[in-house]
Amino acid sequence: MAAGAASFGWPGHPSAAPAPDDPAPQMLPLRLTVNGRGHDLRLDSRTTLLDALREHIGLTGTKKGCDHGQCGACTVLVEGRRINSCLTLAAMHEGDAVTTVEGLAKGEALHPIQAAFIAHDGFQCGYCTPGQICSAVGMLAEARAGWPSHVTADIAGTAALSDAEIRERMSGNLCRCSAYPNIVAAIRDAAGSDL
Amino acid sequence: MKAFTYERPDSVAAAASLAAERPNARLIAGGTNLLDLMKLQIETPTTLIDVNRLPLDQVADTPEGGLRVGALVRNADLAAHPRVRKEYGVLAKALLAGASGQLRNKATTAGNLLQRTRCYYFYDTSKPCNKRAPGSGCAAIGGYNRIMAVLGASESCIATNPSDMNVALRALDATVETADAGGGARTIPIAAFHRLPGDTPEIETALRPGEIITAVSLPKPVPGIHLYRKVRDRASYAFATVSVAAIVAKGDGGRPSAARLAFGGLAHKPWRDETAERILVETGSADAAADRVLAGARGYGSNDFKIPLARRTLRAVMDEAAHA
Amino acid sequence: MEMNQPIGQTPLDGRPDGLVGRPVDRIDGRLKVTGLAPYAYETQALRNPAYGFIVEARIARGGIRSIDTAAARLAPGVIHVMTHENVPAQGERREQVWPQLQGTEIRFFGQPVAFVVAETFEQARAAAALVAVQYDAQPPKASLKDALGEAYKPKPAQTDPDSQAGDFEGAFGAAPVQLDVTYTTPPQVHAQMEPHATIAAWDGDKVVLQTANQMLNRGQKSLAGLLGLPPENVRLVSRYIGGGFGSKLQVQPEGVLAVLAAKAIGRPVKVAMTRQQEFHCASHRTGTIQRVRLGADRDGRLSALAHESWSDATPGDQFFETSANVTRSLYAAPHRLTRHRIANLNVPVTSAMRAPGEAVGQLAFECAMDELAEQLGIDPIELRVRNEPAEDPEKKVPFTVRQLVPCMREGARLFGWDKRGDAGSRREGRFMLGMGMSAAARLNPLMPSAARVRLGPDGYLTVRMAMTDIGTGTYTILAQIAGEMMGLPVERIRVEIGDTAYPMAAGSGGSFGAGSAGSALYVACDNLRQALLKAGDLRPDDAVFADGAVRAGNRTVTLAELAGRDGMEAAGEIKPGSLKERYSHYSFGAHFAEVAVDADTGEVRLRRMLGVFTGGRILNAKTARSQAIGGMIFGVGAALMEDGVLDPRYGSFVNRDLAEYHVPAHADVPEIEAVFLPERDDKANPLKSKGLGELGICGAGAALANAVYNATCVRVRDYPLTLDKLLPGLEEREGRVQRRS
Repeated sequence: MAAGAASFGWPGHPSAAPAPDDPAPQMLPLRLTVNGRGHDLRLDSRTTLLDALREHIGLTGTKKGCDHGQCGACTVLVEGRRINSCLTLAAMHEGDAVTTVEGLAKGEALHPIQAAFIAHDGFQCGYCTPGQICSAVGMLAEARAGWPSHVTADIAGTAALSDAEIRERMSGNLCRCSAYPNIVAAIRDAAGSDL
Repeated sequence: MKAFTYERPDSVAAAASLAAERPNARLIAGGTNLLDLMKLQIETPTTLIDVNRLPLDQVADTPEGGLRVGALVRNADLAAHPRVRKEYGVLAKALLAGASGQLRNKATTAGNLLQRTRCYYFYDTSKPCNKRAPGSGCAAIGGYNRIMAVLGASESCIATNPSDMNVALRALDATVETADAGGGARTIPIAAFHRLPGDTPEIETALRPGEIITAVSLPKPVPGIHLYRKVRDRASYAFATVSVAAIVAKGDGGRPSAARLAFGGLAHKPWRDETAERILVETGSADAAADRVLAGARGYGSNDFKIPLARRTLRAVMDEAAHA
Repeated sequence: MEMNQPIGQTPLDGRPDGLVGRPVDRIDGRLKVTGLAPYAYETQALRNPAYGFIVEARIARGGIRSIDTAAARLAPGVIHVMTHENVPAQGERREQVWPQLQGTEIRFFGQPVAFVVAETFEQARAAAALVAVQYDAQPPKASLKDALGEAYKPKPAQTDPDSQAGDFEGAFGAAPVQLDVTYTTPPQVHAQMEPHATIAAWDGDKVVLQTANQMLNRGQKSLAGLLGLPPENVRLVSRYIGGGFGSKLQVQPEGVLAVLAAKAIGRPVKVAMTRQQEFHCASHRTGTIQRVRLGADRDGRLSALAHESWSDATPGDQFFETSANVTRSLYAAPHRLTRHRIANLNVPVTSAMRAPGEAVGQLAFECAMDELAEQLGIDPIELRVRNEPAEDPEKKVPFTVRQLVPCMREGARLFGWDKRGDAGSRREGRFMLGMGMSAAARLNPLMPSAARVRLGPDGYLTVRMAMTDIGTGTYTILAQIAGEMMGLPVERIRVEIGDTAYPMAAGSGGSFGAGSAGSALYVACDNLRQALLKAGDLRPDDAVFADGAVRAGNRTVTLAELAGRDGMEAAGEIKPGSLKERYSHYSFGAHFAEVAVDADTGEVRLRRMLGVFTGGRILNAKTARSQAIGGMIFGVGAALMEDGVLDPRYGSFVNRDLAEYHVPAHADVPEIEAVFLPERDDKANPLKSKGLGELGICGAGAALANAVYNATCVRVRDYPLTLDKLLPGLEEREGRVQRRS
């Protein structure tokens, strides 16, 4: 490469300077409903649902592992469906019911998935855990609704929730401590209980 | 992420108008790829048009016996749809092979069609990339190009289309329906929807500025065995190195009497070669079909393996079809 | 206590029903499953922090010609932009803590060149993109293979880079059976789920870091040195840590930058690295090139062995991957040679990652042993048994306890090793099946640690030490140790760790955490027991601490009573002593793996895996198993998918995110089990335990690689074993089969 390497975008190139037509950051008034509670916020339109939860509402149970939908640590339930909260804007969820890991227990009583994670040691460092747990809750609802997965032999039929099914359906949640076998055991165990 | 103005229009027409009027506007639906790129300032829209609440989230039967899939139907819902599972198995399987449960819950049909490449150098703004910064060069050529194209690439760009869904839609001969601000609508055959890079790799589809995808139509079901084989480096949650979507009808003695084959991971668009399908039916030989598909294949070093891999995967798929 | 003598009978020995060893649920479990455990970036106590964002160099070598921060400074919400032109003064590099924004020289891609501080995260990130840096770029040197000619012997770290015994070259040349193979391992990244993160807040000339750090006292000392402050002015707090695997052994650039910026603006600053920044801005494990030479007789007895390893280091550093260290202690052979060489490249900082040395060293050496076994037609276990040494072959001292052979034998039995079959002989539909094994060995060090315990008048015991729990289960095993020593249930133990305000502790790293910190706590509890007995005038010889009370003679007194109104405190510490040199300290194990290789595509998938380990006294059967399994799965990643690809043209990682740098996902991990054989290591520490955090990864990947060979007859010596590397071998073999038929 020749001296004085060119740059091809941001940052660090004079062309990265703001263009005249760049809009100023937009502040949006916004009401988010999280774990049954309403929060009136004024947020930069760029704020992701994840950052709104963590930095503005103070619910830090939902984790930022990669911020690009590549690890699953930020998984929350929106209208009962599991999604990556890092890849969606808070503004897109006005009026939606958001459930985070903090909203799963009923008072002192842990959600069966939470209890099973403790019993089966389904975590080590705990950082992916809220995402794993929310994902498991959403995943079990999908399975109950009869959704097939990549490993379902007959996608037109219904699949029993085997370990292989759990593994495939939970693959969007990375665990670097690699508590995977224990997570699967916990989900298998809790899947049988009344959720 | 650069600042943008967030808009939430309440009709397709209003969305189309905004898209046409505002310079550098982008629609956001699932956001699973767009926000990913915006965080890295690879995409820098100044207006973001949230279309999530537009009534484009239905799957409906068409009079011709096919299916019309709204642009906003989530990948998960499409894969779980009873008719898709029964009659468009290749599509359900492709969708289920893609991404993760969370991403499929958010990603939409139109968004998946418009998914951008995973080329490492496209994703790294410190590197030349003709797709991201036209005229800057292609760092993938001469670089690490394990995930890049071996078919239809150009001197400007060797990126691949990363979608699984698109490969199945290509095998199904789907049609993309669009609307524009002027009230116009048109249909684009999937074959013409995705482009090869040529010397304008930044132009990836046949969509015109301001044009909005409203639906994807599937013709009436194609009989036969529907298969989607995705070859990847980890067992799940990974992009394809090579994938094959196949619909194979079997005649006497189990030989294919009709076949549709589309390939993922090989090119800038889902790759389908109808001549190869005819050869397959005529000769019954996956190798003969692969010879045709891969006739113009060229590796760039670290992706050379895709050429034998594509052949071997096709062989495996045909073997599976024969034993199904 | 200093470890100069083997440990005799202890209060932990007589109680088979004791707390220690039991599969107690993690005491921090409830906080973690409810999302209430605050990790560094989430600490809410600090008011109104500003948000920092790192600007990284976009070249790997050269200089900053100019840096224009005007646009960034004017951007909405921006408070401060720090560059080499205005950064506060810092001292020299301390250990692996590097001063930041020093001068204009760029040594590696991703080196921080500016730090933007703004009111919100969104503003800081956007403004970071506006810092305009002009570079004078030079072609980087970023290929280890191309730099072998200039590789040199690094300065000794804990050990000498070289060792030799006898006449390796002569013996190897004369050996009737020879093997000379070269393996390569790629750069690997820790990919801990919690990115590096710090909130720094100053109060006068004192600074507190809420940070993600494995070894707080080391970090405190290094950072204080860098800042020119006495250590007591620097406090590191890491109550909960989202994984480390070595990447948080030192204060990484984000911590230093947050401290400097917080000083500059007089307000707390919080920052986390983005996942992309993790690849360049934080440290990684170097790639290695390893040559293994084995000379043996026809019965498989080794006469000569050599293990040489080349790795790379960032400019100005001599950190080296001690790949061959474990080889010095593993197998007998009279003539031996090990050698480490490094080349300085324009690559990001290389540093320790889970089992530095062993993890990649055994990927090479344990495959070489498999190759030799294949060449000789001897079972791989039998080959290892025939080379079992009576003592450490290079240190010439006995092992504390070495149960490698029992681990292999028990593993073979449990796994069904007798069904392995010849290479290439097992098929199931499209899949070629194979089994492989590997030995596992990991150094078991002891580090100085101290602890303080306080028994309150309420009968609760509080444990304090600057120890950390990175997911290893430290909170829980400390509660178990204290509970059993004091006769209290874990519910009555409060474990307060993760703060340099507490007594110095080893921290989490090098598999020394549980043994070192746990031993310090053991000693503190032992001291407290003595003090309580004295206070109660109880006879120590038949005193039993149980059920919250002490029974001695015919008296029973509750701990709360003994503690009195003011409570009672005790301290304890542990230090390595002469046993360190008088014995060879290792944990051992054996891995067994079964893989299925897709005969069409070359995709390798693990079918099942077993590890049989010895770790001295197991402190918690549940968390120990989790540690072992976690390590094994790390090894699965190393064998099959983990590949940090450096583009030598740019000196940057090409696949710098978790979509393209693959770590195992759920679907990659089928049935995995870990089993521990009974053991007590009375020369290790008073707990008689050994480290387990890294043993699981040691050799694990080699077991998979050997299984892949057994399945396919294709030997890939370049990790990871991705399908593109297998396909040529599969095609060649198919060609041979076709020609034969």
